[in-house]
Amino acid sequence: MSETVEIRWHGRGGQGTVTAAKVLADACLSGGRHVQAFPEYGPERAGAPLRAYNRVSSKELRMHCPVLEPDIVSVVDATLIDSINIAEGAKENTIFIVNTTKNPKDIRARLNAGSKQKVYTLDATKIALDCFGRALPNSPMLGAVCKVTGLISLEHLLEDVRKSFGKKFSQKIIDGNLEATKRGYEEVKEG
Amino acid sequence: MAKVVAVTGNEACANALRQVNPDVCGIYPITPQTDMMQRFASFIADGKVDTESILVESEHSSMSACIGAAAAGGRVVTATSSQGLALMWEMLHIASGDRLPIIMPVVNRALSAPLNIHGDHSDAMGARDTGWIQIWSENAQESYDNTIQAFRIGEHMDIRLPVMVCLDGFIISHSIERMEYLEDDEVKKFVGEFKNFLPLLNLEKPISYGPLILTDLYHEYKRAQHEVMTKVKDVVLDVAKDFEKMSGRKYGLFETYRLDDADIALVILNSAAGTSKDVIDTFRDKGIKAGLLKPRLFRPFPYEEVAEALKSVKAVCVMDRADSFGGYGPLFMEITSALYHIKERPVLINKIYGLGGRDYLPSHAELVFNELNEIAKGAKVKNIKEYIGVRE
Repeated sequence: MSETVEIRWHGRGGQGTVTAAKVLADACLSGGRHVQAFPEYGPERAGAPLRAYNRVSSKELRMHCPVLEPDIVSVVDATLIDSINIAEGAKENTIFIVNTTKNPKDIRARLNAGSKQKVYTLDATKIALDCFGRALPNSPMLGAVCKVTGLISLEHLLEDVRKSFGKKFSQKIIDGNLEATKRGYEEVKEG
Repeated sequence: MAKVVAVTGNEACANALRQVNPDVCGIYPITPQTDMMQRFASFIADGKVDTESILVESEHSSMSACIGAAAAGGRVVTATSSQGLALMWEMLHIASGDRLPIIMPVVNRALSAPLNIHGDHSDAMGARDTGWIQIWSENAQESYDNTIQAFRIGEHMDIRLPVMVCLDGFIISHSIERMEYLEDDEVKKFVGEFKNFLPLLNLEKPISYGPLILTDLYHEYKRAQHEVMTKVKDVVLDVAKDFEKMSGRKYGLFETYRLDDADIALVILNSAAGTSKDVIDTFRDKGIKAGLLKPRLFRPFPYEEVAEALKSVKAVCVMDRADSFGGYGPLFMEITSALYHIKERPVLINKIYGLGGRDYLPSHAELVFNELNEIAKGAKVKNIKEYIGVRE
């Protein structure tokens, strides 16, 4: 990983995408790193496409604008691939992580990914349904981003998920999300 | 020991207010208010502060309540944004005219119409002449640090003026970034006990605030307000020195970045300054001497010091995130005034950027630096004032 890692999240309102970016920023604070997490603000509507961003760096982060050339593109809702250009500004070595029922090879073909671009997939919605009964794919996506980027250890991420979700939810939901994060980490596949 | 956190600018300012533990807080609880006051209200509800909150039906009432509480003898805070600040306008003059050191973070957002509450400096620029001290902040850390320092500045016995601490709407207020909190007792010690000055509640010595003054003395009263503003710079620097001793973070009247030997420079406020600094580094790598001046104290404006810092630059672009329609941008007017008295001064241009939350991108800074580079080499200025980042 280079000095600064820039991540762009694509999701739909109500899927917990912004929360995922916030949890990741908090988890990446360790080791004296600088972090940013911010959504693209617009009318907040359930189901509407939204973007959120992360920057993680060993240097002070002074840039205060959206991520234009992402190192990582995390797609929380695969239906977005058909409606917006999730590869906008992608570099020749950008990594895509997609929540989909399809296998990574199909997604690679669909994205027309370059030879140095990596494509990973997982069925984050199914994992979420299995673990806590709701189609909120953000925690398995966090697990997948953690695995693919190596920005933080899984243990560290789980601790932060526990902390962030602990403020709002019951023990059952927290445990479900921890399990989902772990499964996202384990089940993400490269294509 | 400092605590490292990842928080929004709003959360950072709300925590600064918590650590100061003011007596009274006026709160208008609906948009354009941001979640800064919501967070502070939680601290009140959770017993983390002793502050009495006054929930009001408008921002005009919020400032009115603050004025009453401050005149009564309390340490008073509130926060606002956009239309909220505009609605306070009448009362802002009364707060400063009555010399009440109310502290107010202002989340800079656009004014209607059309309706828009995104990052923009039009709100605070409209409050430029209200007699408040204005301090501007680049990021969450600066917003927090400036809020804490504002108490020492506004409450100083030689000053006694209200202070606005400005931070960019959404870009800083609602975005999470790394920053460091000071310890609660450090902040408490730094701001010190609130010192009363002629409180209304002192029944031994009854006084009135803001009574009628006619043509006999109003002029003198306003001159006195001007005089006190001339003392603010020194207090700001003294407070910054103490703050640096405690935190290790250095503040001045403004910040310069790679400006000493610069041929071309931007003058730019708040969060866009950070983005510009990264672009300056890339121009320096190409051998182009670019630099930047970021004002911190905007009212009173440090004209002599700014002129001194910019006088050797060949071409300067003043960047405004607000417009004075039919005039130049408000920051541009200050910089031209500052430089007029210097014989050999830089060529100056003015760009309006980022209104209503339009992103300020590195490519915008690059365009401006390329134009400045041509001007520094002798090219003619085409337009003094121009909008950039406009969709065609």
